[in-house]
Amino acid sequence: MVKPTRVTNSIRETRDDDGMTQADLARTVGVTRQTLIAIEQGRYSPSLELAFQLARAFGVGLDDLFDYPGE
Amino acid sequence: MVYEERNAWAGLIVSIIAVTVYVVVVVQQAGGGPLVEVDWVPIMLWIIGGGIVVTIVVSILWGIIAGMRDPDGVGKSDQRDRDIAHMSTRVGQAFLVIAGLGVIVLCAVQADWFWIAQTMFFGFALSSIIGGVASVIAYRRGLV
Repeated sequence: MVKPTRVTNSIRETRDDDGMTQADLARTVGVTRQTLIAIEQGRYSPSLELAFQLARAFGVGLDDLFDYPGE
Repeated sequence: MVYEERNAWAGLIVSIIAVTVYVVVVVQQAGGGPLVEVDWVPIMLWIIGGGIVVTIVVSILWGIIAGMRDPDGVGKSDQRDRDIAHMSTRVGQAFLVIAGLGVIVLCAVQADWFWIAQTMFFGFALSSIIGGVASVIAYRRGLV
């Protein structure tokens, strides 16, 4: 089993709040829907560039969408 | 299933089948005699050439079928696909290095050409199979 990343995100909740589908968001940031699902489920850590694109798609900051717990 | 994952599955399945067919044909040709006397060159060339062609055909046919269900996803690849491809290449490369070292050792002991060629062939095959397995695991379980 692959160890999940410690970086968590609230993409799914934010997307639901905005009434955006996975397909819409995936198209907006230029990834496949499967990649977006993997990111939402913590099975893939997006690149910094993609993380910024996701945050920008919702009009929020990186910190609002992603969280990295301290030690 | 995304385009690149389909390609990874197609490559993996064809590699496993091709290696199996190669081993079966070579053993059959030997007919219980010494393996080094088998005329392995045409068999290996057919297996390599056939494997490449079948992988391409399977990918195209699978793509056509998948495209009927999801026209938007056909031929699309993204950062995750590239990350998984890099990871599987790194995993597979280890076996090429082992095969390369094996070939040097076999040359040093002046082994029969048969064994030198088989070592390199199985190095490529293992590299492809293990890299393919790493790819499909990353697609299914995740890459973090």
